[in-house]
Amino acid sequence: MIVSDPWVVLILCIVGTFAWRAMGVIVANRIDISGDLFQWFNCVAYAMLSGLITRVILMPSGTLAQTPDVDRIASISAGFIIFFMCKRNIFAGTGSAFVTFLGFAAARNYGLL
Amino acid sequence: MFSLSVLIVWSWAFTEQAPALIIKDLKFDLAYNILMTPLGHKKAFNRGVCDGLLMPFWMVFGSMIGFGSMARDAGIGIDVALGASLGIWGLPGQVAMVELFAAGLPIYAIVVASSLANMRFMPMTVVLMPHFKGNVTANKWRYLLAQVLSINIWTVFMRRGSTLAEEDRLPFYFGVSITCLIGGAIGTTIGFVAAGVLPLYVTISLVFLNPAYFVYVFSSVRYRNCIIAVVLGAITGPLIYLISPDWSVPITGVAAGTAAFYLDKWMGRS
Repeated sequence: MIVSDPWVVLILCIVGTFAWRAMGVIVANRIDISGDLFQWFNCVAYAMLSGLITRVILMPSGTLAQTPDVDRIASISAGFIIFFMCKRNIFAGTGSAFVTFLGFAAARNYGLL
Repeated sequence: MFSLSVLIVWSWAFTEQAPALIIKDLKFDLAYNILMTPLGHKKAFNRGVCDGLLMPFWMVFGSMIGFGSMARDAGIGIDVALGASLGIWGLPGQVAMVELFAAGLPIYAIVVASSLANMRFMPMTVVLMPHFKGNVTANKWRYLLAQVLSINIWTVFMRRGSTLAEEDRLPFYFGVSITCLIGGAIGTTIGFVAAGVLPLYVTISLVFLNPAYFVYVFSSVRYRNCIIAVVLGAITGPLIYLISPDWSVPITGVAAGTAAFYLDKWMGRS
């Protein structure tokens, strides 16, 4: 069924995402935080997020898909070097990755690369 | 092949750091107890706003600029774009909705893909809520807390939440959340209105900002089980995506998360 009203789609998508949140609340109310099940959920949350982020960097969809893989990987690697040099400083790592990426993107835009 | 070698180097960087991290943890935990004096509601809220403005505000702002311009390209109105940002409040689900709607897919396919892309909110909420245990107000508004949760807010709260006294956590959480929601609304609007005005390379770099930030956030997790989960998730996530784009997020989470859980248990509680 093709629906052309974006509001109908939007409201159903909001409900769809909220369902996960609500399920989380319901499980959280019944869970023992010192138990194994809670630790399992913790692992699942971290694995899910890190899998998603790595995928977004290596195989993006949407706007980032227009950029070459090399740009993204080189920027993240440059960020990692600074990140470890600055004693695992998130701000320094993110900043240098961003600046590197911006440099690549600008260079490509002006035909330097 | 190149990506794969990057992943291997990356996971090596994680595990090399692991023993040092566990020692750091202990020191960190001792520091918590000293910091546990309550700040009071107003101060805790302000601290949340400050922490929110430090990084998360700009991250949400940047990625929502990308979303705003994408929504415009897809032919969606600004009202729906803002509604998606503030209502769905989870970028992968928003992107899936806009892309598939523009592609003219049937409604059930859009809703299923969008919801699956945001499945992470379930385990995130499970891990978040116990921080508010014993707080009557938080319990009353628990569904609202879950609704305003986003990955940026969650990572800030995972780092800071447990260093706060219990009664300070709720105002702190709302401080961060409101800051991020405002950043998201401004970003979506600017992205929508300024699509075509901002040079494309600036917009793309702003979109890159948030995933880059999370790479370093997740490289700073402190507990061994989290470190293992992050490494396994980073390796399997892209591979599973190649097999099943729609189901990759839940499959990665459950498979890599379960493996990390047992691996951590097997390594013992040293």
